[in-house]
Amino acid sequence: MAMHRIEVHPTQGRADPRGEDALQKARAAGIETLPQKVDTTAVYLIEGDLDNTSISRLTDELLCDAVTETSSQGISTPHAESIIEVHPLPGVMDPSAQAVELAVYRILGKEVSVQTGWRYDFHGIETNVAEELVRKCLANEIVTGIHTTPFFPTEFEHGHAHDMSVPFIPLTTLSDDQLEKLSRDAHMFLDLEEMQTIQAHYKSLGREPREIELETLAQTWSEHCVHKTLKATIHFTGPCEDKRPGHDYHDGGSVTINNLLKCTVAAATHELMADGIDWCLSVFVDNAGIIAFDEDHAVCFKAETHNHPSALEPYGGAATGIGGCIRDIMGTGLAAKPIAATNVFCVANFDHEVPKACLKPRRILGEVVRGVRDYGNRMGIPTLNGSVWFDDRYVGNPLVFCGCVGVMPRDLISGDAQQGDRIIAIGGRTGRDGIHGATFSSAELTDTHADEFSHAVQIGNAITEKKALDAILEARDYEGGCLYNAITDCGAGGFSSAVGEMGEQVGATVQLDKAPLKYNGLTPSEIWISEAQERMVLAVSEENVAIIAEICERHDAELCDLGTFGTPEKELVLKYKDEEIGRLSMSFMHDGLPGTTKVARWTPKNETESGDKKIDVQAMLPRLLAHPNIASKQCIIEQYDHEVQGRSVIRPVVGPEGNGPSDAAVITPVRGSTRGLAIANGLATALEDDPYTIAASGIDECVRNIVCVGGDPSRIAILDNFCWPGAKDEESLGRLVRCSHGCYDAAKAYRTPFISGKDSLNNQFTTEGGETICIPPTLLISGFGIVHDIRTCTTMDAKTPGNVLVLVGETTTNMGGSFALQLEPEMNCDTVLPRVDLTQGPLNATAVHKVITSGLVRSAHDCSEGGLLLAAAEMAFSGNLGVKLDLPTEHSFETTCFAETPSRYLLEVEPSKLDALLTELESVHTTVVGTFTNDATVSVNDCSWNIDELRNAWLGGLQL
Amino acid sequence: MTRALIITAPGINCDLELAEAFTLAGAEPFSVHINKLMRNPSLIDGADLIGFPGGFSYGDAVAAGRIMANLMRATLYEALVEAVRRGVPIIAPCNGFQIAVQIGLLPGPILGSDYSTTPPKPTVSLAQNTSARFIDKWVEFVVPSNSRCVWTKNLKVTPETSIIPIAHGEGRFVPRDEEVLQQLEESGQIACRYGSNDNPNGSVGDVMGICDGSGLVLGLMPHPERFLRTTQHPQWTRIEKQENEPLGLQMFRNAVAHTKQNNTQNCVEGAV
Repeated sequence: MAMHRIEVHPTQGRADPRGEDALQKARAAGIETLPQKVDTTAVYLIEGDLDNTSISRLTDELLCDAVTETSSQGISTPHAESIIEVHPLPGVMDPSAQAVELAVYRILGKEVSVQTGWRYDFHGIETNVAEELVRKCLANEIVTGIHTTPFFPTEFEHGHAHDMSVPFIPLTTLSDDQLEKLSRDAHMFLDLEEMQTIQAHYKSLGREPREIELETLAQTWSEHCVHKTLKATIHFTGPCEDKRPGHDYHDGGSVTINNLLKCTVAAATHELMADGIDWCLSVFVDNAGIIAFDEDHAVCFKAETHNHPSALEPYGGAATGIGGCIRDIMGTGLAAKPIAATNVFCVANFDHEVPKACLKPRRILGEVVRGVRDYGNRMGIPTLNGSVWFDDRYVGNPLVFCGCVGVMPRDLISGDAQQGDRIIAIGGRTGRDGIHGATFSSAELTDTHADEFSHAVQIGNAITEKKALDAILEARDYEGGCLYNAITDCGAGGFSSAVGEMGEQVGATVQLDKAPLKYNGLTPSEIWISEAQERMVLAVSEENVAIIAEICERHDAELCDLGTFGTPEKELVLKYKDEEIGRLSMSFMHDGLPGTTKVARWTPKNETESGDKKIDVQAMLPRLLAHPNIASKQCIIEQYDHEVQGRSVIRPVVGPEGNGPSDAAVITPVRGSTRGLAIANGLATALEDDPYTIAASGIDECVRNIVCVGGDPSRIAILDNFCWPGAKDEESLGRLVRCSHGCYDAAKAYRTPFISGKDSLNNQFTTEGGETICIPPTLLISGFGIVHDIRTCTTMDAKTPGNVLVLVGETTTNMGGSFALQLEPEMNCDTVLPRVDLTQGPLNATAVHKVITSGLVRSAHDCSEGGLLLAAAEMAFSGNLGVKLDLPTEHSFETTCFAETPSRYLLEVEPSKLDALLTELESVHTTVVGTFTNDATVSVNDCSWNIDELRNAWLGGLQL
Repeated sequence: MTRALIITAPGINCDLELAEAFTLAGAEPFSVHINKLMRNPSLIDGADLIGFPGGFSYGDAVAAGRIMANLMRATLYEALVEAVRRGVPIIAPCNGFQIAVQIGLLPGPILGSDYSTTPPKPTVSLAQNTSARFIDKWVEFVVPSNSRCVWTKNLKVTPETSIIPIAHGEGRFVPRDEEVLQQLEESGQIACRYGSNDNPNGSVGDVMGICDGSGLVLGLMPHPERFLRTTQHPQWTRIEKQENEPLGLQMFRNAVAHTKQNNTQNCVEGAV
C-alpha cells in the first residue's frame, strides 16, 4: 500500500513555541554549541490507498490549522543547516497516530496505518552536533528512532507470525548452578530455593514445565507481586523494645520475627481496629485500602512506585506509573471513581555528575513531570499533592511515587468472580511492550539494563484508559445494578496476575488467542505476561456480557472475552486455539512459594560529633529557602490541572499571589456536600541515621499537614511505600526492621491505621566500573483524613497585620538531620536526631485541630524542614505580610531558629482571641513568638529580611 | 423545565462540573455521547441550552479539539446552527472553545448576515501557549464594555472576585489577521479578556473568550464551571464575606434567564 508523508509547521512569521522550548531545553542541559534557532514540523506518515483529494482533505481539515499553520506533502526543502527527525520505534505506543487512524476511518471510511513524528530544522549547527543535542534533550532512543535525514519509509514494519508453540523447559534434571543460571537468563529472578521448589513440584507431577508455566510462577512469586522479604522470617539483632507482636525474644537480645509486615505495619492496623476504629472498610487485601467517608460513600487510596522504568524512560515510566495507580483505584471493590492524584519524586541534584547509561537528573525530573502531567491531566484527575526530594544517591535509581484517591458507594466495596463468569478484558490491546516488568522491577539496575529491559518500558495512552473508565463506571452504575461480579486491573504480570488473582478461589480457563493484539507475532506466553497498559479484567455473568459490550461500543472502548472462571480442580488452564498450552494448580501458584528466613542487624549510629562553627542566621534563612528540597515547586505544580472535577477547596498553592506552599490539599469527594477530604504526605529521608525516626517523623509530618488545613487527626488513614537500597544484606534488612518498628509504634500512637502499602526493595545501580550506588532508605507516608466541614478549613498564608503568631509544641536542641546542619556541617550544635515524642505529638495534633475547627485560628502552618524561622517567613511572604519575631532564649539563637523538632505548629490568631486560644491549648506547650506586620519585613533579634528577597530566593530555588 | 444538552466524547472530562453548573443555575442537564449524537442529531432539537465541556477530546491528537471538531463539522453543524437560530445559548469552555472555533460556530457570520450552509474555514485559532507548557492558575476576568455576550452581561463582581481558573496547553488566541480582530472588537464579540498583566498564554489582544454576533454562543479558555461555590475561590479563607454569587454561577444563571425570556417571547409570537 502507498505511503504518504505530510508535513505541518507554523506559518512563516507565526510563533513556534515547541522550537523555543527545544532551544530552552538545550540551554538548560548545558549544551555548548547551541543553534541560533529551531524550527519544528509535525510529520504524519500515512500508509493506505488514498487518492490526492482524500489526502488534501485530510491535510486541510484534520492535520493543518487554517490560521496558524502551513502544510506540504512529501519532504519539504530544508530551512536550515541540519535536519533531525524523531519517530517512535516500531511497536512503541503512538497515541496521536491511533487517534488519527480513528479520525480517518470516521471521515473517509478508510482503514490506514499512521505514524507521527517530529522534524527539527536546526539553524547554525552541523548535523552531528544537532543529533547529539536531540539525543541529550529531545528524544530517548529506547522508544524513539533518531534520523539524520527526513524519514519516509516505503512501508511500516508489520509484525509477522512466528512459532506459536509453547516449549517444555527441561528443569527436573538441572543442577543447582543450572537452575540459578536459568533463573537469571530467563529473567525470572527467583532464588535457588524457589527454583528448587519448582523443580520438586514438577518432579512430583512427573513432567517438565511449559515455558508459560514458569513465566507465570516467576511473575506470581516476584518480590514485586508477593513482597517475600517483608513476609519472611527474620532473625534480628539490635535494639527492640519488649513485647512486640509476633516477635520471639531470645537470650542475648536477638529476636525472631515471623512475617515482618504482619507483625508491624499490619499489626498496628488490626490492633487499632480491635480498639475502636470502625471506619476502616478494607485493608491490605484489595488494590487500594478503603475507609468510610460518610453514610453512603467510601474513599480509597493507593500509592505505588515506578522506579526502574522511569530510570530508563522517565516520560513513559512516570505516565504509566500514574496510569497503573489510577487503574488500581478503578479495580478496587467494584470500581471507584478516581478523584485525586499525588506524586513524589526523588532525584539527584541537577549539577551532579552522572555515570554511564544514566540520564541527567534535570532531564529525568522534567520528563517525569511531563509524564504525570500528560497522563493525569488527560484522565481528568487533579494532581493535588506531592513533593520532590534531591539526593545524589538517587542518580542511577530515581524514585517515582504515584498515588491516587477514589470515591465509591459503600455497598460496592467488594466483589468475587463466580463459577461460570466470563473473563472480560476492557481497554488497550496487548503488545510485546512491558514484558517482564514485574521481574525487572524486582532486580537491581545495571548499566546494561537499558538494552536488556527496553521492552519493559512503555508509553501510555491516557485516552484508552479514560474510555475504559467511562464505560466501567457506566456498567457499575447500571440502573439494574452493577453489571459485573469482580474487577481488577492488569498491572505487573498482565493477564497472568489479573486472572490468576481473580481466579484464585475458583480457577480459570483462558483462551489466549482471543486477546486483541497491537500487531501480529506475539507468542501465547507473551500475550499471557505482557504488561501492556490500560487493560482491566472483569468477571461478568453470561447474561450481562451483551449489555457491557454495548456500553463499551458506545465509549469506543475495546472489549474481549478471554474465557471462563471456574474449573473443577481450581486450576489455571491456558489454551491457544483450543490446544492446551499450560496448566497450574492455583494452590501451588499462590501458596507454593517457600517461606524464607533472613538475618538482619541494626547498630545505632553515634549521633554526637559536633563542629564548633558559629553560623550566620542572616545569611542562612535565604540559603535554606533556596535549598531545592525546600524551595517552591511552583514550576511543577502549575503544570498539573488541580482544578478539574471542580472539587478543590484547598489547593497545593495558596495566598494572594497563588504561590504559598499549602500543607495539604482538601477536596469534596461528594458533589455539593460540605464534607471534605484532606490529602498529604510525610517524607523524612534526612533522618536516615535512625530508620525508626524516618517512620515516626514521616507519620508525624503527614498528620501535621492534614491537621493544619482542618482535617480530623482521629480520622486519618495512611499508606506505606518503602523504597530500600536492598534487603539482601543484614544491615539493609536491619534498617528495614528498625523502620517497620517505627511504623508500628507511631501508627499506634497517632491512631492512624495503615490501609495499604507497597515496597520496592532493590534500588541500587551498578556502574560500568562495578561501583554500586545505593539510594538512601526511603519511606513515603501518604495520608488522607476527613474534614467534617470544609467551611472550617484554614490555609498557611498570614492574613492580617497585628495578628499574633503562636508556636504549639516544644523545641528541643536536637539538630541532627536538619537542613541548617546539612548546609553547615561544622555548625556548633547538638547533632542528635530529633525524635518524635509519641505521647505529646498526638496531643498537639488533637489540640490544634480543636482550635482550628472552633474558628480561633486565621492561618496554620506545620513547622518542619528549615525550622521555626523559615516556617514563619513562609507564612508571612505567602500572605504578603511581614512578621516581627520575639523568640524564646532557652536554647541558642541558631538552634531556636533552625531546629526541626517534630510535632510543632504555627498558628495565627487575632489579638482579641489570643487568650481564648491559649486557654483552649492549656494541655499542650504554647509560646507566643511574634506578630504579623504590614511593613513587608521579617525580623528577629538583629536580623531582618524583605519578604520579596525571601520569596524570590524560595521561588528561584528550583527551575525546570 | 430548561433542558441543557452536554456533549461528551472520549477524553472529555469536565462534563460533570458543567452539569452541576447547569443544575445550580436551575436547568436540567442531560449528557449525550458524541457517538450517539452523530447517529441522531435531532437530539439537539430538544435542548434549550448546550454545553461543550472541557477535556482532551480524542487525546487532543494533532491539535486540541481537532478530531472532535472534524467529526462534528461533518454531522452536527446544521443542527447546531439551527439551535442558535432558535435562540439557544451555547457555552464552550476550554476544549469546547477549541472545538467551537474549528467547527465554524465561532466567531460565526459577520454581524447581520446568516450562517453559511456549510461549515466556514476558521478565522481564529487557539494555538499552543507561548511557554509550550500546560498551565493551571486563576487569572483576572475582564468583560469589555461593548460585549454583546448573553453569558457575561451585568456580572456583579468586586476586584477580589473577578477571577476565574484556566487550565490548558493550547489557549493562545490568534486571529487570522488584524482585520478579524478589529471586526470582533467593533461588533462587541470579545466576550472577555485577561487582565493586561495577567495574560497566561500569549493571546493576541489578551482575548480570553469570544461570542458570535447574536451573543448566544460563548467560547472561552477558562472554566466558569469550576467557580460555582464560594469555597472554590482560591483565597476564600482570606475573604470575610463574598457579597455576590461566584462569577461562574452568575454566567450560567444569565443563560438560563435568557432561555426563559426566549421561551416566553416564542409563546407570545406563537399567540399573535
